[in-house]
Amino acid sequence: MALIQETDYGTPLRVSDTLVTLEIDGNPVTVPAGTSLMRAAVEAGIPVPKLCATDNVEAFGSCRLCLVEVEGRRGTPASCTTPAEPGMKVRTQSPKLARMRRGMMELYISDHPLDCLTCSANGNCELQDMAGVVGLREVRYGYDGENHLKPGKDTSNPYFSFEPSKCIVCSRCVRACEEVQGTFALTIEGRGFASKVSAGGTDFLNSECVSCGACVQACPTATLIEKSVTEKGQGDRSVITTCAYCGVGCSFKAELKGNEVVRMVPYKDGKANHGHSCVKGRFAWGYATHKDRILKPMVRAKITDPWREVTWEEAINHAASEFKRIQTKYGQESIGGITSSRCTDEETYLVQKMVRAAFGNNNVDTCARVCHSPTGYGLKNTFGTSAGTQDFDSVDAADVIMVIGANPTDAHPVFASHMKKRLREGARLIVVDPRRIDLIKTPHVKADYHLPLRPGTNVAIINALAHVVVTEGLVDEGFVKERCDLVAFEQWRKFIAEERNSPEAVEAATGVPASDVRAAARLYATGGNAAIYYGLGVTEHSQGSTMVIGMANLAMATGNIGKRGVGINPLRGQNNVQGSCDMGSFPHEFSGYRHVSDVAVRQSFEAAWQVPLQSDPGLRISNMLDAACDGSFKGLYVQGEDIVQSDPNTQHVAAGLAAMECVVVQDLFLNETASYAHVFLPGSSFLEKDGTFINAERRIGMVRKAIPPMAGYEDWQITMLLSNALGYPMNYKHPSEIMDEIARLTPTFAGVTYEKLERLGSVQWPCNEKAPEGTPVMHIGGFVRGKGRFMITEFIPTDERTTDRFPLILTTGRILSQYNVGAQTRRTENNVWHNEDVLEIHPWDAENRGINEGDLVSLTSRAGDITLPARISERMQPGVVYTTFHHAMTGANVVTTEFSDWATSCPEYKVTAVQVQLAKKLSQWQEQYREQRRITTQILSQTGAD
Amino acid sequence: MNTAQTMVHNANGIALYFASYPREEAIAGVTDHIQKYWERRMRQQIIDYVAHGGAGLHELVLEAVKRLPVPAGQPASK
Repeated sequence: MALIQETDYGTPLRVSDTLVTLEIDGNPVTVPAGTSLMRAAVEAGIPVPKLCATDNVEAFGSCRLCLVEVEGRRGTPASCTTPAEPGMKVRTQSPKLARMRRGMMELYISDHPLDCLTCSANGNCELQDMAGVVGLREVRYGYDGENHLKPGKDTSNPYFSFEPSKCIVCSRCVRACEEVQGTFALTIEGRGFASKVSAGGTDFLNSECVSCGACVQACPTATLIEKSVTEKGQGDRSVITTCAYCGVGCSFKAELKGNEVVRMVPYKDGKANHGHSCVKGRFAWGYATHKDRILKPMVRAKITDPWREVTWEEAINHAASEFKRIQTKYGQESIGGITSSRCTDEETYLVQKMVRAAFGNNNVDTCARVCHSPTGYGLKNTFGTSAGTQDFDSVDAADVIMVIGANPTDAHPVFASHMKKRLREGARLIVVDPRRIDLIKTPHVKADYHLPLRPGTNVAIINALAHVVVTEGLVDEGFVKERCDLVAFEQWRKFIAEERNSPEAVEAATGVPASDVRAAARLYATGGNAAIYYGLGVTEHSQGSTMVIGMANLAMATGNIGKRGVGINPLRGQNNVQGSCDMGSFPHEFSGYRHVSDVAVRQSFEAAWQVPLQSDPGLRISNMLDAACDGSFKGLYVQGEDIVQSDPNTQHVAAGLAAMECVVVQDLFLNETASYAHVFLPGSSFLEKDGTFINAERRIGMVRKAIPPMAGYEDWQITMLLSNALGYPMNYKHPSEIMDEIARLTPTFAGVTYEKLERLGSVQWPCNEKAPEGTPVMHIGGFVRGKGRFMITEFIPTDERTTDRFPLILTTGRILSQYNVGAQTRRTENNVWHNEDVLEIHPWDAENRGINEGDLVSLTSRAGDITLPARISERMQPGVVYTTFHHAMTGANVVTTEFSDWATSCPEYKVTAVQVQLAKKLSQWQEQYREQRRITTQILSQTGAD
Repeated sequence: MNTAQTMVHNANGIALYFASYPREEAIAGVTDHIQKYWERRMRQQIIDYVAHGGAGLHELVLEAVKRLPVPAGQPASK
């Protein structure tokens, strides 16, 4: 595919029921009311010269290049700032306009370097293009006057440079930073001729800039440009694909030169991101070709042996033969598999199929186990389906936004920008979080209420909010009567109205003033459309599922379900965590969330797969590890997942893996789990495969192969090789055939085909006969389960309690620049922002312990201890500390415990009782880790490989 | 925690959730949950544990486990 250049309409799309018809250059044009003349012209195929206008920011009217003439009106208005009106007769070209435009270009060019031939933007520069469009042939002013050609270049940002001498001060970058990203890091400093773009008076790296790339994308010249373009030149072809980072699922154009990626540019038609991006998706793709990539299959007899590179055939046959040996010796249930939320739907589907059909058991699980499994449980039981209720665009209609246990500006930055835009428009904000996350106070956004609850008291808070709704007469009785199970509702109403659930009664436990809870509840219930957005601060608790149920109860009680602007919206962590769950990765259910004990469902799979299937649920990840320690589980196939680093109680995970006889890891890198593996199968990055990802809004997006798989196979092909070697044949020629099978067997995907995805760009499930083009908003007119089901949500404090020995509570999480276990982002320049995990601690707790900024501290729980640097932070509340788990060497999960959600076994990462003290050296685990890692990652020189 | 302690802790967690419901509903809820989500070996383990007194288990679990069908044996080796 050639390089894709999307049309820039100059000003944003307007939506209106009122249409306006006018005439542009003699052509009748009809557009929605509010549309600019510039956009109306471009939509009619009539280009208008422009420099300061671009269609992702509002019109500015400064460059004077887009001037037009309107019959019967004086002057030459800017077409970008002039709305279309009925009957207007507009001329975009005339001798007078041409003269004026050339005059403007002369002024611009008189203060611009004339280095086009060696400029990085050569061939992709709007200033250059406009000089050609207006027919600039001379610059009468010369180049000797006062100018801006001397300022140096700011190369502080690892991914893009800022060269002020090339700046035309069009303010597109400043406006993109404000309107698109919502960070307001850039400004125009000075006035008149002295005006210049500034990153707040410092360089980009040290500014408030979050490196989202919106300014770079908006820049019409080479002032802000990707360093990769400067180094490699412009790409010559584009591949539209879906980002492999968070659950927002942004659409990107991968621009390539041959098989080398030059840059990733957010795709305007992407329905999840609308042309926006974050630092990870936009810039942190270099891991795909990092020198640490393993490109040859490897085997070893013992985990202390060096790895031996072998042929694909030997590796696959060895893995298959070991799995068969283990099953013969220990039984059919002695092996299992783990699917990946980073792999495609088709790959995930094949892994669970292989486990069920070739292994002959249901021992398959996925990393959603440790993040959003409670979402699946809670929403399935209350609404009838295990997924969020809205599309992202629904936030545009929200009047009240309640963010619970999520930090979207770090973990879901592109959606956070969308949300902030709505908040700047006036939507009200409630944040329920132990920490003062950035969203609480960010430029032009201030939370109406921050409920800084103590970790572990989510359910008490949601009950208190619901108590206010019920006892103050704020229930939407009509909605409940029409849409919900009334017996269950009355049971719940009686429970929730009990005084022990009141804000006053739970204040001592939650630490949140009752008056704030009451005010927040009233705002949520009466402020118009109210939407809940939540993250792992909800799910990763011993009552994670109860909390999800509690949120669903609150939404139903107030009628905030089944229309735009409302809903229960999980912000999914990884790129395909929704898809991996949809595809039947859990041990108890087939694709589409149907239990394995359902005879009709099971028979449909047996008929399609031509093999008898088990009706009993299989083991969850934690159960597999327990069973391994007990000696009844001996073999594991892990595709694209790193349970040693990501799962709780690292030493228990390691012990379980070490007790197995055959661990097969399929990954890009020798990750931490590979330290315990006997077979390594080199996987493929998202750039090297075809398939689909499903984002947090149930959107099925295409992943397209941009370059051939570096190790020879796409991941779905590797699973096929293994399945075939096990004696269960799979012969798909392309992932589209796998999707066809998924559609045949899964009612919610019945209408999904690659042809449709190509045609529509993406589709949100359910996509079937009832909704052939997908379902942006669910539960309109009725719940999937029929009547919405209220469920009782008793607050039960976690057994993980602070004591004199462990007086603080640790919560763990993520930051903007790193992703999950860091396997990808740690192998990029993102380390500039976060090259080690640190412990955030409140000044009081630090002072009590004699801890200063940057001191090395020990972090100890009953599970284990680590050391890491301290960061004193008032974002924390006293008694609560926080760290990330992005760096393997830190070992954050050495400290977390095995306590988990009662319903789903999702670990309680957000509550670990700990002590923090000054330390002088690394912990024993960290010292041992270094040595163990050195031993387990050794690779013998190449012998007998392909 | 060892495996038995983990099992008791997890089972009691389920019971504590359903304990808010009327007793029969609660017992049925616990039984159903264990039947739906616990693997055969785990169900057999808790059945055996209850048969040996069920120390530490919530009384709803003790009742619920009595209603659990005995899991079929392990499928034949492949």
